[in-house]
Amino acid sequence: MSKFLSKQDLEEYRKKIINSRDPNKIIIALCGDTGCQAYGANKIADAFRKEIKAKNLQDRVELKITGCHGFCERGPLIVIYPKKIFYQKVSEKDVSEIISESVVNDNVIERLLYVHPETKEPIVKEDEVPFYNRQQKIISGMNSVIDPTNIDDYIAIGGYSALEKALFDMDPDSIIEEVKKANLRGRGGGGFPTGVKWESCKNAPGDIHYVICNADEGDPGAYMDRSLLEGNPHSVLEGMMIGAYAIGSSEGYVYVRNEYPLAVENVNIAIKQAREYGLLGENILGTDFSFDIKVTRGGGAFVCGESTALMASIEGLWGEPRAKHIHTVVSGLYNKPTNLNNVETWANVPLIINKGADWYSKIGTENSKGTKIFSLVGKVNNTGLVEVPMGITLREIIFDIGGGVPNGKKFKAVQTGGPSGGCIPEEYLDTPVDFDRLTELGSMMGSGGMIVMDESTCMVDVARYFLNFLKDESCGKCTTCREGIKRMYEILTDITEGRGKEGDIELLEELGWVVANASLCGLGQTAPNPVLSTIRYFRDEYEAHIKEKRCPAKVCKALIRYEIDQEKCTGCGRCRINCPVEAISGEKKKPHIIDQEKCIKCGICHEVCKFDAVNII
Amino acid sequence: MEIAAKTEENILTKESMEILDKIISRYKGKRGALMPVLQEAQEEFGYLPIEIQNYIATQMGIPASEVYGVVTFYHFFTMVPKGRHTIKVCLGTACYVRGGKKIIEKLKNDLGIDIGGTTPDRRFSLDVVRCLGACGLAPVVMVDNDIHQGMKPSKLDKTLEPYK
Repeated sequence: MSKFLSKQDLEEYRKKIINSRDPNKIIIALCGDTGCQAYGANKIADAFRKEIKAKNLQDRVELKITGCHGFCERGPLIVIYPKKIFYQKVSEKDVSEIISESVVNDNVIERLLYVHPETKEPIVKEDEVPFYNRQQKIISGMNSVIDPTNIDDYIAIGGYSALEKALFDMDPDSIIEEVKKANLRGRGGGGFPTGVKWESCKNAPGDIHYVICNADEGDPGAYMDRSLLEGNPHSVLEGMMIGAYAIGSSEGYVYVRNEYPLAVENVNIAIKQAREYGLLGENILGTDFSFDIKVTRGGGAFVCGESTALMASIEGLWGEPRAKHIHTVVSGLYNKPTNLNNVETWANVPLIINKGADWYSKIGTENSKGTKIFSLVGKVNNTGLVEVPMGITLREIIFDIGGGVPNGKKFKAVQTGGPSGGCIPEEYLDTPVDFDRLTELGSMMGSGGMIVMDESTCMVDVARYFLNFLKDESCGKCTTCREGIKRMYEILTDITEGRGKEGDIELLEELGWVVANASLCGLGQTAPNPVLSTIRYFRDEYEAHIKEKRCPAKVCKALIRYEIDQEKCTGCGRCRINCPVEAISGEKKKPHIIDQEKCIKCGICHEVCKFDAVNII
Repeated sequence: MEIAAKTEENILTKESMEILDKIISRYKGKRGALMPVLQEAQEEFGYLPIEIQNYIATQMGIPASEVYGVVTFYHFFTMVPKGRHTIKVCLGTACYVRGGKKIIEKLKNDLGIDIGGTTPDRRFSLDVVRCLGACGLAPVVMVDNDIHQGMKPSKLDKTLEPYK
């Protein structure tokens, strides 16, 4: 492959790829994302390859291993183009039938279709499935049609045309103006206006400017950045190239979590291919613009998602944040002006340049434009990634798209914003989701984790969970964060273990205020949020733990015990066999009992009982 | 403290020095080289005992305290040798609310080790991770590089069986 030396080279190549592709060829798009791989997607891919070869169908059908399609709950997923037939929970055994029925013949296999939960009607097409039809997948939608390891796929769908437009039809100032006009706000959590950041960095004096893609997606329960880097890495690179051109940067970094091996692999492949095509390197498309990108792997420290800590980590140091009296856009990586945006923010850029700020700013609310990808997980029927316009309500996301809470349980709260965010109760479900409204509720947008909790989730335990996380992840620089979080964690531990006392809630609130106000970086400043928001909305649960020594959700081990209902127990012995500490005894076909002295409250008996005879008291 | 971790035999053999030299030479003169050097060294040796840290520090002209600082700061690095298979229980929020805690407790009980520990037969090491990004399939457990989805305490024995 020779490098593109001009805009025409790229355009001609694009035409060549499109012309060489048969629009009638059947494409089986199999999700090969980390999630579907865990379901065995790799084996399914092998089976498809074998079957296609055995039946000699190479000319009629192509297997494409794509990024995340979004509906993780129903994986492994395939979509058969051009008809967009959507098959879910596909297994190796189904492969030969899919080939013979839906490729060789023109039939649909009803068994593999998604069934509408209410009408019980099977749904054939992907975009008619309720999980998808309420979404607006302008950023993540391409994931399911391209092979992320093949740059030609990206070019064929118009990839790198935004870069062309930026380089040939715009100048740096007009690019920044366009991004400002689109009112793109940082998707990493803070929601800072991206165009303003770019402008400050561009105007900062210095011979070298850096751009960084923050792919250190540390919020537990959020994986949209992983899926973008895995599924459409070129869109992120293209965004970075446009940003670099606007700012005047020639060197970029992608800082990616080491826990995401597939994302690391795919972004490295994408960079290599972009270099081969001359889209990265010297004199890109024959212009004066030169730019290249390096990948740095993180070391598993949550605080490194903070910009100054991340930059220290790229420099090879431990990731300790510094005070931002001087912003990183003025003095960042190696003390040079540095512009950092997260993965999803970068992926928005090509779209804004291609379609224009006017188009873009029609989506969303007054102050939050565009779409946002959320990872809708936890106690919800349809887990997966959803991309929705800003301003949609939490209820629509959780109930219309997410299908509500499973097993007939009652919704309790939704946690947004990761460890920096908070828990939002049912009464605010009709709140439109945007940066400002979530902050008003004591939570925040964060990077987009949305964890649904039901009545069997203990809010005190959840608050304790987040503080345990943050106590380990605090870098230790500020006393308030290092010691304050630990003290709050100890108080919460006492409460969940039955040692809570009057005044604990007030003490938590006071400590929380100090930690939030006297810590240097975002980690400490937002660390009390999970506690303060649960106290704000679920104070009664705290009080039940403290005053009545009772865990209403029946989660906190010290406050519950397992007992076998003597009426319901059939004496099948399942619980006795599965109990890891031999605490259950009883004769066959006669009711069993649990020895409370031996019981470690692991809950296996409750899980394995088929007669609902194990009660939590 | 991890610093007291004993190495079973002298890990800094002539052979291992050569491996380290090779890794270091690839990053010679590059900025921010310490992290990738340590990452590659750990991939090679499985862990980073003091001897290896000191050698890297000397060869790269970096204070040993700085190397130690970086190694102990990041979760990815370990100063104790690991078992043949590493079990990582995800304790991201989604996994946590779907029962990740019960899985870790069962494993601790069954393997007789704590988080960060290794079984005496060196078969398994037990760790927790802060989200593998497979939240849609929660709760998940990663054994070596395989992600196992929808875990339950009662499914663990069968899941671990193939890892000898």
